[in-house]
Amino acid sequence: MSEKKYTTDEKFLAPENRPHTVIGPTGEEIHVDPLNDYFCQDMPKVQSPHTGIVEKFLNWARAESLWVLAYGTGCGSIELPPLFSPRFDAYRFGVMMRPTPRQSGVIIISGYLAVKTLKRAIRSYEQMQNPKYVIALGSCTINGGMYWDSYNTINRLDHYLPVDVYIAGCMPRPEAILAGFGKLKELIKSGNAEGANQYAENLQWYKDNQHKIIKDWNMPTYNW
Amino acid sequence: MNELISHIKERFPISDVVDAPGGATFITLEAAKLVPLITSLKTNHGFSVLVIFTAVDWLEDGKFQLTYIVNNPKEKQDLGIRVFIDRENAEMESIHHLWHHAATFQREMKEMFGIDFPGSPGVDDPFMLEGWDNIPPMRRDFDTKKYAEETYFPRPGRGTNDPATYMKQKLYPDE
Repeated sequence: MSEKKYTTDEKFLAPENRPHTVIGPTGEEIHVDPLNDYFCQDMPKVQSPHTGIVEKFLNWARAESLWVLAYGTGCGSIELPPLFSPRFDAYRFGVMMRPTPRQSGVIIISGYLAVKTLKRAIRSYEQMQNPKYVIALGSCTINGGMYWDSYNTINRLDHYLPVDVYIAGCMPRPEAILAGFGKLKELIKSGNAEGANQYAENLQWYKDNQHKIIKDWNMPTYNW
Repeated sequence: MNELISHIKERFPISDVVDAPGGATFITLEAAKLVPLITSLKTNHGFSVLVIFTAVDWLEDGKFQLTYIVNNPKEKQDLGIRVFIDRENAEMESIHHLWHHAATFQREMKEMFGIDFPGSPGVDDPFMLEGWDNIPPMRRDFDTKKYAEETYFPRPGRGTNDPATYMKQKLYPDE
């Protein structure tokens, strides 16, 4: 991810993120380029697993406490509130909603993604801390679903974010989502849910795809 | 409504008076006379609500049709006003000074059809599409399917069937 640098057109940046000059306390002029100066420029690295029983224990712990980012895109987000109601009660599986990406380990892309929403989803995903997992809900994330020929919705989510579990359906019911969480737990316990490492490894490819459709890129290359 | 139409007819060159099902009446007017008419409808005739304001792309005629539907809540009347403007360098007078929310309709039309409304607040800002660099997507010469196939990595294997023949094969394979 070092060979190719993306340039951001200044007109897409919010006014506070454009390069500007600030006057310091003693009157000196300081030139600030917020995108380079205020944000971390490092790229994510592949994290190799621990060995033997330690990794097994960690994977067990990770699988039994899935904290989901309360973020909904498209119509699938309406299936998530019932999941946490007494009828389906996802809490008994250790699944819990969190309000910020910093506290969550799972992001559910719940349905169609407009290009505008994809930008926010990427930003949220990159802000989450490792280990992190992506669940793709509904057929729209698999092949575009009924929006496959739309000018503004993506077709395949796995070209932009590393997907661990797909839940097919239009829309899947909460039972299906619970089954998806079960599948994700199996994957984590067997050590196969390596989405974050996959993302770090193939970052150039993911970024190429993202930049192909997000033409007003107005954030750092990787949003820590 | 007939009184109103004949009243308008005396003052404005309207044509094609059509009574649509559902009680609305549609009239067609030339673009330059629209703002005086709609101002008079709002101030003198009680048409205080702008219900919808949208555009139709008549590609073959090289025209955009703008449709304004105004409502008179007291008399429970709907009046639609149709205006045709040229498709090339499409530009129309803004009505945001009469209804604030018209500015939102106009911003949407600028983005989706490329119709300009000079002076309308925020008309050049992106509304739903961010960083769009193609022709406006709701114009009929924009090929949505081709654009999506070129841009969004379609997953191979999607097929379509004619519903009638497919169901016949499924249900009555011998016939």
